[in-house]
Amino acid sequence: MSEEIIILSVFRGDQSGGQEQAYRVPLETGMVVLDALHYIQAEYAPDLAVRWNCKAAHCGSCGAEINGMPKLLCKTRLDEYVGQVVHVRPMHAFPLIRDLVTDVSWNYRVAKEIPPFQPATPAPFVMYQRDVDRIQEFHRCIECFLCQDTCHVLREHGGHDQYFGPRMMTKIAEWEMHPMDTANRSAFLKDVAGIPMCDVTRCCVEVCPENIVITDNAIIPLKERVADIYWDPIQALFRKFRRPAGSLEPTKSPVDG
Amino acid sequence: MPSHQASIASQVNAETIEQHQYDVIIVGAGGAGLRAAIAASEAGQQKVAVVTKSLLGKAHTVMAEGGVAASLGNVDADDSWDTHFYDTMKSGHFINNYRVAEVFAKEVPDRVLELETWGAVFDRTPAGKIMQRPFGAHSFRRLAHIGDRTGKELIRTLQYKVIHQAVDVYQEVTSTALLVDAQGRIAGIFGYYREDGRFVLFRAKAVVLATGGWGKAYKVTSNSWESTGDGAAMGFRIGAELMDMEMVQFHPTGMVWPPGVRGLLVTEGVRGEGGLLYNSKHERFMLRYDPVLQELSSRDVVARSIYKENQAGRGTPHGGAWLDISYKPAAYVKAKLPGMYEQFRSLADVDITREPFEVAPTVHYTMGGVRVDPETCATNVEGLFAAGEVACGLHGANRLGGNSLGDILVFGRRAGAGARAYAAETAWKEIDPSAVEREAERVLAPLAREDGEQPYHLMADLQEVMTTYGGMVRSQEGLETGLARLQELEDRAGRMAVKGTRAYNPGWHTVFDVESMLLLGKSIMLGALARKESRGAHWRIDFPEELPEMGSLNYVQRLRGEQVVVEPTPVPKMPAELARLFEDDRAPGVRRRAERSGEGREGR
Repeated sequence: MSEEIIILSVFRGDQSGGQEQAYRVPLETGMVVLDALHYIQAEYAPDLAVRWNCKAAHCGSCGAEINGMPKLLCKTRLDEYVGQVVHVRPMHAFPLIRDLVTDVSWNYRVAKEIPPFQPATPAPFVMYQRDVDRIQEFHRCIECFLCQDTCHVLREHGGHDQYFGPRMMTKIAEWEMHPMDTANRSAFLKDVAGIPMCDVTRCCVEVCPENIVITDNAIIPLKERVADIYWDPIQALFRKFRRPAGSLEPTKSPVDG
Repeated sequence: MPSHQASIASQVNAETIEQHQYDVIIVGAGGAGLRAAIAASEAGQQKVAVVTKSLLGKAHTVMAEGGVAASLGNVDADDSWDTHFYDTMKSGHFINNYRVAEVFAKEVPDRVLELETWGAVFDRTPAGKIMQRPFGAHSFRRLAHIGDRTGKELIRTLQYKVIHQAVDVYQEVTSTALLVDAQGRIAGIFGYYREDGRFVLFRAKAVVLATGGWGKAYKVTSNSWESTGDGAAMGFRIGAELMDMEMVQFHPTGMVWPPGVRGLLVTEGVRGEGGLLYNSKHERFMLRYDPVLQELSSRDVVARSIYKENQAGRGTPHGGAWLDISYKPAAYVKAKLPGMYEQFRSLADVDITREPFEVAPTVHYTMGGVRVDPETCATNVEGLFAAGEVACGLHGANRLGGNSLGDILVFGRRAGAGARAYAAETAWKEIDPSAVEREAERVLAPLAREDGEQPYHLMADLQEVMTTYGGMVRSQEGLETGLARLQELEDRAGRMAVKGTRAYNPGWHTVFDVESMLLLGKSIMLGALARKESRGAHWRIDFPEELPEMGSLNYVQRLRGEQVVVEPTPVPKMPAELARLFEDDRAPGVRRRAERSGEGREGR
C-alpha cells in the first residue's frame, strides 16, 4: 500500500505570477492532503508556503481549493482521489501572499465593525438548551473562510466592499438570536453588512466543513428580520404607534429575538 | 558563505527597522494572551498590543475539548472552591504552588460567568444554568462545556471581545527575541512579519508571555504546530527562571490509526460521558489500576495503565487500548461528542456510536514552565510576565483535565493586570541598537547559508529523541543518552540552512521552532535527571517510588551562559488553614456532604 504514488500539482507563486508544480508523494493509509504537503516540504520544497495549525479541523487555518473545491487541507483524504492528479490551489476570493497562503485580513477588519453582543444583564443567565440549540450551530464555525471563498458576491464580483459574506452573517445571527441580546443590528445588516446582496444560492452551505446550514438557518432569518422592519407596510404602521418616544431606530422584535 | 553573511549584515541597520511602541505587549493570542489583553486594556489609559505568530483565533486553545473546570455547583451543589483546590493539589502531587491553586480555584467561577456575559453559550442544565460534566479526578461534575468544543468557544468569545476593545493585533508576526536594557529589564521585542519577512521592533514597558507549551517537541502529540515553546525559550535566554520542566503530561487517549492522525486528541469527555477502556482480552483494566475512580482516574495513572497493559501483551493492534462509548444511545453520543464523532468518521472511517476505537497516550501538556508570582504573574525578570501553559505553578506533577482552560482565564487576567500596573509606574527602557542588529543578523543567517541542515529534518530528529529518551518512561541511562543526542542536534542546528526568500517561508520559520525546542528539550531532560523519583507524570523506572522528601522540592532552572543550572528549591509551605483541608482523605465538599447525610457515603 505504501508503494502507491499520488501526484500533487501544487500552485507555486505570488502576486507577480506563478504556476502549478507537480510532486510525487508516496500514499499512506488515511493520508490527508496536508500530510502530502508536509512531505513535499520535508523532501522537495522547504519553502512551500501553506498555512496550518492544528491538523485536526478545529482551527480553520488550512482552507484551500482542491480540484476546484474549497476544502480544508487537513480533512481531505487523498484516497478520495485515487487515479487522479490532485490540484491544490489557494483560495480565490482573497489576495495571494505566496503559494497556498492568502491574505485573509479583510475578514478580521469587517468582523470589527459588527456591533457586539449586548446582554440585558450580566451572567449568570437562565437559558434553556432548546433556546440555545439554534445559536450553538453557529458557534461551530471554525473561521476557515471557505464560505467566503465560494460566495459569488465575493468570489466572482469582488464585492468585499458591499457584503460581509456568509461567515459574518453567522456571527451576526449568533448574537441576534441570543436570547439575552439587546442590540439592534437591522440597519447595520441592511446598510453596512450588505445582507441584501446574498442571492441565496446556498454554495456556502455546501463547502462548510462544520455543516452549518448558513443560508437557511442564519441568512434567511436575518433577511426576513430586515425585510419585516424595512419593507413590511403593516409592520411599519404598527411600529408607528408602538415606537417609544425619541427612538429613531426600529425596536427589536421580542418574538424572534 | 562568509561574504554572503557580510552582505546581509551590512544591510541591517536598527534605525531602518519598522518600530512600534506599547505600554504592554502580549506575545501569543491563545486564551491566556487574549484574556491578558482584555485586562491590560481595561482601564483604557495604556497602549496595548497582541503579537501572534498565527492568525487570530487559531491558537492551540482552539483544540481544548472537554471543558473548563469551575466549582459553579450547578449540577453538584456540594462543590466549592476548596474542593476544587483540594483536587488540584492532590492530583499535582503537592508540588504545585498552593497560592496559585488557591487563587485559581477561588476565581475561576467568575471568569467562566464573565465569558457568558461576553457571549459564550455553554450547554445548559434542565434548570437553564451552565451544564457541568464529570472529568478525571474531579470530585464533582465540574466542567462547563459546549459539546466537545469548549476551547473554540473560549477563544472565539475572547477574540471578539478583544477586537472590540482598544488592542492592536499583529497577526503572523514571529517574535525571535526579548530585548532588555543594560540592567536586564524588559525593553522590547524583536520579530518579523511572516508575510514578507520584514523586521519589526516593538518597544514595550511590559511584556506578557502567553505563548503556550512545547508539546511539539515530541513525535506523538496532541499539540498544534505552534506549541514550540518560543516564549519559554526567549524568557530563559534573558534570565527568566524555569521550573518543574520534567513534568510533561501524557494524555491517555490520543488517536493511533491511521498514521497521519497519530496523537490527535480524543477528549477525556468521552470517558466523562461514560466511555469505558478495554484491553485486547476485553477486560476493563482500569478496575485493577484504580478501583475507585476507574476510567476517570487522573491522566498520569490512566496513561501508565495503558502502557502497562501493552507491556503485558494485552494491547490493541496499534499499541493502545479500546475505548468504547457505543453502548450509549447514538443520538446522545452525537449531541455530547459531536467533534469526536466527526473526527473518527472523517479521518479514521470509524463510527464511534457503533464500535470501540483505539486510543494510546499522546503528549498533551507541559506542566513546567516560567516561574511566576501567583498574584501578578511577574517573573524574576523585571517587566516580564507569563500566563497559561508557558507559566508554571498551578498543575504540579499532573494537570487535571479542565484546569488549563481555567488557568488561562484566571492568570491571563492577572498577568494583564499585573503588566498594566507595572507599566503605569515604570519608565521606557533603552534598547541597545547593536543588540538589535546582532539579532537581525542571527535571524537572517540561515537564509545566507548555501547549504547545511534542513530544518524539517532536524525537527523530526529532535521529536524522535525526545519521544525515545524524554517520554513517558524515563531512566538515568536513557536521559543521559538523550542529552548526548540533543547535543549532536544542537551542533547540527548551528548549521541550519534555508532555501528561498524571506517571504512566507515555512522552512525559515521552522528554524526558530527548532531552536526553542532544543533548548527546552535539554531542560526537560535535565529536570528529569535531577528528580530521582516518580511523581505524577514523571515516571523513572530506576526510581519507581514517589519519595516524600522530594515532595517538598521544585526544580528551578537558570541559564548561565550556555550552561543550564538545575537547583532544588523548597515548595512554598501551605498556611495552616489550607493544610487542614488535607487532614481528611476525602475532599472538603465530599466530606461535608457525607456529614450532612449522617454517614460516610462516597462522592462520585
